Amino acid sequence: MSCIQTKSLRNTVFYKKQERVALRNCGYIDPEKIEQYIGVDGYQALGMVLTDGSFTPEKVIEIVKASGLRGRGGGGFSTGMKWHLARTIIPDADQKYVCCNADEGDPGAFMDRSVLEGDPHALIEAMTIAGYAIGANQGYIYLRAEYPLAVKRLEIAIGQAKEYGLLGKNIFESGFDFDLEIRLGAGAFVCGEETALMVSIEGNRGEPNPRPPFPAEKGLFGKPTILNNVETYANIPRIILKGSDWFTTMGTEKSKGTKVFALGGKINNTGLVEIPMGMTLREVVYDVGGGIPNGKKFKAAQTGGPSGGCISDKNIDIEIDYDNLISIGSMMGSGGLIVMDEDNCMVDMAKFFLEFTVEESCGKCTPCRIGTKRLFEMLEKITSGKGEMEDLDEIEQLCRYIKKNSLCGLGQTAPNPVLSMMSNFREEWVSHIKDKKCAAKVCVDLLEYKILADKCVGCSLCKKACPVDAISGEIKQKHVIDQSKCIKCGVCVNTCKKFGAIIKE
Amino acid sequence: MKNLADLQAIKEKSQNEMKAHSTRVLVGMATCGIAAGAKPIIEALEEGVKMNNLADVEVSRVGCIGLCQYEPLVEVVKEGEDPVTYVNMDVDKVNKVIEKHLKGGEIVEEYTVSGTALT
Ligand SMILES: Cc1cc2nc3c(=O)[nH]c(=O)nc-3n(C[C@H](O)[C@H](O)[C@H](O)COP(=O)(O)O)c2cc1C
Ligand code: SF4
Ligand code: SF4
Repeated sequence: MSCIQTKSLRNTVFYKKQERVALRNCGYIDPEKIEQYIGVDGYQALGMVLTDGSFTPEKVIEIVKASGLRGRGGGGFSTGMKWHLARTIIPDADQKYVCCNADEGDPGAFMDRSVLEGDPHALIEAMTIAGYAIGANQGYIYLRAEYPLAVKRLEIAIGQAKEYGLLGKNIFESGFDFDLEIRLGAGAFVCGEETALMVSIEGNRGEPNPRPPFPAEKGLFGKPTILNNVETYANIPRIILKGSDWFTTMGTEKSKGTKVFALGGKINNTGLVEIPMGMTLREVVYDVGGGIPNGKKFKAAQTGGPSGGCISDKNIDIEIDYDNLISIGSMMGSGGLIVMDEDNCMVDMAKFFLEFTVEESCGKCTPCRIGTKRLFEMLEKITSGKGEMEDLDEIEQLCRYIKKNSLCGLGQTAPNPVLSMMSNFREEWVSHIKDKKCAAKVCVDLLEYKILADKCVGCSLCKKACPVDAISGEIKQKHVIDQSKCIKCGVCVNTCKKFGAIIKE
Repeated sequence: MKNLADLQAIKEKSQNEMKAHSTRVLVGMATCGIAAGAKPIIEALEEGVKMNNLADVEVSRVGCIGLCQYEPLVEVVKEGEDPVTYVNMDVDKVNKVIEKHLKGGEIVEEYTVSGTALT
């Protein structure tokens, strides 16, 4: 890390290594004033597209295709291709829709919230351009109700855009009409899945449906529909204004542009960052992220949240892009990046992510509803010290079964964290089973609290503090903990800070 | 708004308005900033600017700049200079910034980002 003293955030390593495209206006303009957005070239791209006769819908789609922009919601599908399909697959469709996925269900992620709260007009402008490109004049933004400030700012922005004639009838006197509505989601993770999201916008219970048909053919209200993520859209106005060649100067061969990540976990600079694709994980963690607190060692980073996988320390020099992450069993995901250090147990982390999917499974299909629950119990068996070596194979088989047989992406990806943490940290799993040890000292059932006889002075403080009377010993005599009684609450350790006689191992 | 010329006119007006103030004070007011206490801070700033007749200072609410654990964040942006970033602000600190920086033109070094692990 460099040590230049600066009074400006913009001169810090944290900021300088970033490339701000989707977040270009966040933290710079007042999101509740459309004039400020217009002051930084806002609605110029839309104006150009609608008034310059050479910008046919086909040409707009061509530019988006050529930019190489891929979906930032996780899947990484080509945005230009998605628009092209929606434009052409049913040529005589009487109605089409443009939808935005602002459900942001990945726990700990807030990339989309930041754009919605910091630059809502960028989304409105982009969706209007998308409407023109595919031939739709109605858009829906599916937004989680837990984001009240985002809802409020987006409502204000839509109101202003309407007032200025940037939404509504005959925009820029081009003959093109476009309107936008917000639909609030109740925050079920599965409602971020595209078919469930559309069912939910239609006013029904958000449950997935089999695909095909894909939304480009039969989406919202049975009409051709595109669904893109907030961050995907946030890139669009810039791509149109600056051109696809500009966009392709950033990134790797097959992943162009930038990606926003929410850095969390064991990292100094927790927060929101936008990096060019192709930056190494090392740079993200140690330069932008400022390294790991308390001098601890980097162990792994989880991307893709409960659907993703981990990148272990041996892959820390990987260049972050869609294909590289897939190749090591992880995925780009929507932008959650959780850093783990030596104090994180990988069996426990796998359990943590799986617990989330168990709770969020909508229950429509058995492999996901029952399968993830069974899988969770198998992990619990291991963390409680009852695991057997055969369990590892069984876990893997069950993972493959759930992936293959679940109806929607939630179930199909739920086993990913388990598979990835098991393959990257197999020794750790084996040690939980064979040695009944958790090296990170997280799995409570595998821990023992012990009193070191040579350090104990017999003050009896711990004995008094122990809630289950597991500690015995006379004053000024060595004390001992009865393991059969100990509930591993750890209270005694704190009472003995002065002598440091009680350890956890 | 009917055409590009209208858009251009608003753009110029907006840019002129921004330029009319030689100093912009930006307060991070996304969910993260507000949760950390940005509301009383922007109020103190607006109040301070009014009380002291600082006509060339504009206080703006902005979105998240990305540094959650340093919120509330206040940036002082002057034409042609590097913005000054104040971190972990509170009302007392902000009053000192009004007094020293906005009125006196003297940066309050100790509250800036320079003292953090970021630099
Ligand atoms: C269970 C599940 C949850 C999802 N949650 C989100 C979400 O919160 N936000 C999002 O943009 N995409 C989410 N997706 C992906 C969407 O289904 C869809 O692929 C995406 O919104 C398409 O936009 P993009 O091409 O711009 O990425 C989720 C998918 C699944 C299977
Ligand atoms: S895979 Fe899970 S979330 Fe998806 S439909 Fe089946 S039960 Fe519901
Ligand atoms: S608190 Fe520490 S020193 Fe005192 S009796 Fe317990 S183990 Fe021994």
